[in-house]
Amino acid sequence: MHMLTLIGVLVVIVGFALRVNPLLVVTVAGIATGVAGGLSPVTIVSEFGRAFTENRYMGLVWLTLPVIGLLERSGLKERAQELIGRIKSATTGRVLLLYLAIRQLTASIGLTSLGGQAQMVRPLIAPMAEAAAEARYGELPDKTRYHVLAHAAAVDNVGVFFGEDIFLAMGSVLLIKGFLDENGIHLTPLHIALWAIPTAIAVFIIHGIRLLLLDRRLKKQFQDHQA
Amino acid sequence: MIRLEYIYILGGLLFCTVAVLEFLDRANAKRLRKTLFWGIYGITFLFGAELPSFVTGCLVIIMVLVTGWKDLGTSKVKTTAEPERRQSAMRLRDKLFIPALCIPAVTFLGTLVLPEIVIAGKPLAVAKDATLVSLGLSVPVALAVALWLFRQRFVTSLHEGRRLLTAVGTVAVLPQLLAALGALFAAAGVGQVVAASVTRFIPADATFLVIVAFTVGMALFTMIMGNAFAAFPVMVAGIGLPLIVHKLGGDPAIMGAIGMLSGYCGTLMTPMAANFNIVPAALLELPDKNGVVKVQIPTGLILLAVNTLLMYLLVFRF
Repeated sequence: MHMLTLIGVLVVIVGFALRVNPLLVVTVAGIATGVAGGLSPVTIVSEFGRAFTENRYMGLVWLTLPVIGLLERSGLKERAQELIGRIKSATTGRVLLLYLAIRQLTASIGLTSLGGQAQMVRPLIAPMAEAAAEARYGELPDKTRYHVLAHAAAVDNVGVFFGEDIFLAMGSVLLIKGFLDENGIHLTPLHIALWAIPTAIAVFIIHGIRLLLLDRRLKKQFQDHQA
Repeated sequence: MIRLEYIYILGGLLFCTVAVLEFLDRANAKRLRKTLFWGIYGITFLFGAELPSFVTGCLVIIMVLVTGWKDLGTSKVKTTAEPERRQSAMRLRDKLFIPALCIPAVTFLGTLVLPEIVIAGKPLAVAKDATLVSLGLSVPVALAVALWLFRQRFVTSLHEGRRLLTAVGTVAVLPQLLAALGALFAAAGVGQVVAASVTRFIPADATFLVIVAFTVGMALFTMIMGNAFAAFPVMVAGIGLPLIVHKLGGDPAIMGAIGMLSGYCGTLMTPMAANFNIVPAALLELPDKNGVVKVQIPTGLILLAVNTLLMYLLVFRF
């Protein structure tokens, strides 16, 4: 065991900072770590292949792209804009706040598959968040538009991360239980899940306030523009 | 029984189709490299279960080398322009939402129902794979509904798929590569090195410092590994159990739950958790691949502070 095995971490930080092709950076970091850790070249390459295959599930989101493309060319975004524009009280922050609440609540009862970046954010939530701002302020400058879209993606992550841990059968709760069991501490899943609730409430307040501040910032930005 | 492998084959077919379309487009810049990239990616999906790990590893490395120093860039694919889309939206109205809702609806229903339907003693899908299998099944369903409602041709969806997949670009495979990097970190013992250096610096009887070392350590280590599940066993074995629970008498349930959630704060703040942070940036076609991470950092930092405080206030009280 050696500090030298941290070389991979260094490669990643430097490579990402210099904006070199991330695929190349990660591959070089993996090889460097393996060599520093004393693994043979065959083991390193095999480990790459094994983990890449085992994690193919991460690539399944791309399956939705043909459908999303079809929806886009048929005017889904334009329709979402029209509908949101009709709801006078709808703002970007409020739309996202509502989705945050739904995402956290459904995840906390185990319904994590109800949302997701490919399933919900790209086809529905992001266009609605964008449309809510456009209905008020007209076409958004690119920078603002990207910021709103990034917020739409962030809400899904925040909601699911800090909602799912309240659900008893979730992987993370079972992992905590399993690891403590191995170390001679026996707890029920309920006992662990219960202590995820304070953080869940805290994150809803923190991120909720940030979403409402986003509304205020948008308003200010466009008032200044017009004035 | 619907095995997850069938869904991977569906993915492989899509990637191979994109490879063929890239090849057929003669005006395409870096045409052969793009063909090779998506073709190899498709092969790892089609034959991943049969190929020996070493062969897949070699394929992955070739695929990475094909992308070169900079990215391969997007391909130009013809699609509709805004006036056309507005017109189509007026015509189709709320019908447009039906296929969009099909994806979450079928995924959700499938997750609940498929493991319960037992044919010849086997469930239609194993419970642990049910969500992914259902997501895979939701795509053909939504596609069929969309083609029928919008009166479009199947090839159009393939061209649209290519348009969006090449807009995502080679970053599409980054989550899997990072998972492979995480596996190599684990095999080389990076975790133990980090835990050892964290524990060396904290006095074991300074209660608040121990708590800070644990929660911040969880977040930092998660940022490095890209995954709180990888950080948890190392940090709990290094600090959580020996110091917080055994030495200082803290409650193990609170230590475990809030410790894990501190790790999740780290997940919000790192490009290493690519499937949560880089994939959506690519899906939404943000020019800055770290755009989502940047928006999440304030929430991550504030929540980490709150978690540390919660742990300090609660863990010795129950």
